[in-house]
Amino acid sequence: MSELSVNHLLGIKYLTKQDINLVFETADQFKEVINRPIKKVPSLRDITIANLFFENSTRTKLSFELAEKRLSADVINFSASQSSVKKGETLIDTVNNILSMKVDMVVMRHPNPGACVFLSKHVNASIINAGDGAHEHPTQALLDSYSIREKLGSVKGKNVVIVGDILHSRVALSNIYALQLQGANVMVCGPKTLLPKYIKELGVQVETNLKKALEWCDVANMLRVQNERMDISYFPSTREYAQQFGINKELLDSLNKEIVIMHPGPINRGVEITSDVADSKQAIILDQVENGVAVRMAVIYLLASKIKQ
Amino acid sequence: MSQKVLLNSKEVNIALHRLACQLIENHDDFSETVLIGIQPRGRFLADRLAQMLAKDYKIKNVQVGHLDITFFRDDFRRGEKPLEANTTIINFIVEDKNVVFIDDVLYTGRSIRSALTAIQSFGRPKNVELLTLIDRRFSRHLPIQPNYRGRQVDAIDNQRVKVNWVENEGEDAVYLIDK
Repeated sequence: MSELSVNHLLGIKYLTKQDINLVFETADQFKEVINRPIKKVPSLRDITIANLFFENSTRTKLSFELAEKRLSADVINFSASQSSVKKGETLIDTVNNILSMKVDMVVMRHPNPGACVFLSKHVNASIINAGDGAHEHPTQALLDSYSIREKLGSVKGKNVVIVGDILHSRVALSNIYALQLQGANVMVCGPKTLLPKYIKELGVQVETNLKKALEWCDVANMLRVQNERMDISYFPSTREYAQQFGINKELLDSLNKEIVIMHPGPINRGVEITSDVADSKQAIILDQVENGVAVRMAVIYLLASKIKQ
Repeated sequence: MSQKVLLNSKEVNIALHRLACQLIENHDDFSETVLIGIQPRGRFLADRLAQMLAKDYKIKNVQVGHLDITFFRDDFRRGEKPLEANTTIINFIVEDKNVVFIDDVLYTGRSIRSALTAIQSFGRPKNVELLTLIDRRFSRHLPIQPNYRGRQVDAIDNQRVKVNWVENEGEDAVYLIDK
């Protein structure tokens, strides 16, 4: 113990196992804090954080903003649709302008993979990646692992299957890195067209039969089909996708064990998951959302403590 | 590094009994009083006093909590390492209660300042008192004094007072250590 080995959270790829443990131990304390009658602590009262969202987001943006406010940081929000980005300003110029207003930390979501890494090399602030294209979404992977740890006691040795649109998913890549780092066995499952060609190189198992995957796993993480990133048709119809790769109560009940169901949201009810499953006891989707605030508080707190005065 | 024994096991025990009796004088049956051990090291003293009140003085149901002050400290980002958090366990509301903060050593008073802010998350106490086993004189940065003290010591800045408990170090003793 006990400080992070990194100054930015650009991706799980750059973290160590110790970093993840430190985030989880700190998140445990913040989870207690956000369940108090007064949910706020004054730790970051001298830190200003800019949330730069160059792509739409509800959950992640709210979760980050709440985490920042619970830590008493000053927060400014920026979304690309209402800004000078439309007028042709470059990313570095936009961010440097914002940093001139004395901002210490930047939380950024960007449609281009690697945007956060690029930014971290060119600007003088701590960067947190809130999703960069189809690359990484590290805080989502951390909160997913944290939720598995909370539900099952540990992540090590667990069988986790990630189901759905692996090709367009930043959640999948970050989850694979995070789960493997903690010693879990990872499988991906989806239509062949939505599985990246070299996914096996990451050391994951590949399965195209959902029933078989569910029989193998302890935890199933159901991903959304990202229609907005699909330039061509990857499967014949939504109905066929739902039949082949959607999870429903009947399928769950046919397994000889009770598995944990996760979903990073937003849910397409009736496509990758039916309502009776999403609202069932086995689903920890809303716990994931609660844990998201605690985990993001931990990440922000630990990174902020590395900003020199 | 040299060290000197300030209190041995027997002396710690005598001091604890005296502190327990002083608490009883002011708080009667503890129905309106809660003991809050300040993490990390005050919790040993708080738990010990609660055990003593129950076993030796037949005062049952003393409410005890552990309060972590890490996120309320005023030296965030000022040290070399990040401040490491401990667990807060307070399963009750302190609204309108007499709160007794319990810590092993009172030095600059900054921890207690943080605790005064932190406790507000659990309600508005009727009043707050402070009990410490060791009170280091002439070293306060803030106008904070204990209501109950085990022993007052004069220690210069490069000395350290260390309180050991059976629960974590295998013995009850207080040492003055020259760095």
